[in-house]
Amino acid sequence: MVDLSVKIGQLELKNPVLTASGTFGYGEEFSDFIDLNRLGGFIVKGTTLNPREGNPYPRMVETPSGMLNAVGLQNKGVDYFIQHIYPRIKDVNSQIIVNVSGASIPDYVAVCEKLQPLNKIAAVEINISCPNVKQGGMAFGTTCAGAASVTKEVRKAFNRTMIVKLSPNVTDITEIASAAEAEGADAVSLTNTFLGMAINTETRRPYLSTITGGLSGACIRPIAVRMVWQVANTVKIPVVGLGGIMNGRDAIEFILAGATAIQVGTANFIDPSVTVKIIDYIENYMQRHGIASMQELIGGMLK
Amino acid sequence: MIKYIKDFILKENIELGSMYSLLKLSPADGIMPDMIPGQFVQVDIKGSKNTFLRRPISINFVDKEMNLLWLLVRRAGEGTSTLISAPAGEAINLILPLGNGFSLDNGKMLLIGGGVGVAPLLYLGKILSEKDSNVSFLLGARSKQDLLELEEFKKYGEVFVSTEDGSMGEKGFVTTHSILNDKFDLIQCCGPLPMMKAVAKIARLHNTQCEVSLENVMACGIGACLCCVEDTTEGNVCVCKEGPVFNIDKLKW
Repeated sequence: MVDLSVKIGQLELKNPVLTASGTFGYGEEFSDFIDLNRLGGFIVKGTTLNPREGNPYPRMVETPSGMLNAVGLQNKGVDYFIQHIYPRIKDVNSQIIVNVSGASIPDYVAVCEKLQPLNKIAAVEINISCPNVKQGGMAFGTTCAGAASVTKEVRKAFNRTMIVKLSPNVTDITEIASAAEAEGADAVSLTNTFLGMAINTETRRPYLSTITGGLSGACIRPIAVRMVWQVANTVKIPVVGLGGIMNGRDAIEFILAGATAIQVGTANFIDPSVTVKIIDYIENYMQRHGIASMQELIGGMLK
Repeated sequence: MIKYIKDFILKENIELGSMYSLLKLSPADGIMPDMIPGQFVQVDIKGSKNTFLRRPISINFVDKEMNLLWLLVRRAGEGTSTLISAPAGEAINLILPLGNGFSLDNGKMLLIGGGVGVAPLLYLGKILSEKDSNVSFLLGARSKQDLLELEEFKKYGEVFVSTEDGSMGEKGFVTTHSILNDKFDLIQCCGPLPMMKAVAKIARLHNTQCEVSLENVMACGIGACLCCVEDTTEGNVCVCKEGPVFNIDKLKW
């Protein structure tokens, strides 16, 4: 038997496979396809203080080996989540992590204060990297000062595990990671989507209502792996890797680059059962390579 | 309804002109899931370099006797072109059944379809006719050769036709067809957006209940990604989950 468990801050995961925010709904959408109890954890849709309608249609366009989205954090707000969704999902035998977004620092703090009493919310993931909202979002994630200030204030409001989700749309992601680490983040997750754009050449119009959007899918994976490797070599806190993981092999690649856990995002759209296949693959891979525990595998790239 | 990820075997691929194919698929394990007319499937496209996501295709018909699922596919881009060139015997992976489906009420029903939008109306017509509804179809196309599955539709109700060039039925659009002067309990409609909007306008004028099946660019098809939204009286909702069938009262048209 191999030991798939990992620890991120106080958060104990039975395996390193999480689902990326915004790609897995509230988990329930996937319960016909997989046993949710098998997941290391799932990260629910980006939650804000007030309800958000998100961006106008069209919000999505397929691109080579990927897709651009401009959803814009559509959600019914943290109070709705607490009253209507949390009671339905809280008994799952897997870790529930809430992705938190805000237009201002007090927004982030208010959401986290409301989540603090919910003991089945094992962690929050602070989204300072959404490319699809006008205020807040990525604005906090593209400067060290912004990342530091959000992390510092949320740290006071939430005493369980805090993961800060980083934007790749920066000149040096390691500086932002270090800023979050310095202010008390338990972990960083990276990367969120890459800012991109596509134009319909026949109509000469942009495909997305917002013109630009977030690129995800297999096409971003090599860049995300590189960033995870750089950040893992810079910070001491655990790194959660994501960006274009389509299968078990891809997950191993991120772990070898230094990720303690991984998130599966866009791949859920193509195969809603892919997460359990990835868990099985990692277990089999470790057996095949004679690796007893995740600790031996994390950052295990040979040079 | 329980959703499945399931392999099907392509039994027959019947070309209908240069633009369309009728795919008849049998579940690899022999077990056909329950489906409601108006629901759709998400098709995994193999062998197409530039196709990353699945393609949503509406359920055209479920042949219970032969245990076959019919998909009527229009060549729209590389994904659908690859799909309609698949040879018989090929395994095709589907996620199904998805979405809400049409209301299955009793009464005098008019099912209006345009172009490949006729697809979900065939299975709908069959189920409604089994419920002793009075089913009429109004099918529109550019020209006679663009009308799909006419003989199949005739099995389940009276068929009225509009063609833009007048090569069959009444000349013009479905919205100018004389059958619309009759009174119906419910109009159920699927086709190009301008056609559905025009039908909705007529339904409102006649004070007739009306459902339309919306098309949208989708990623997941199960209400997780929130990409395929329609702006409704209840805010942005997912066409894939809360739809694709909407009562026009819920739409901001």
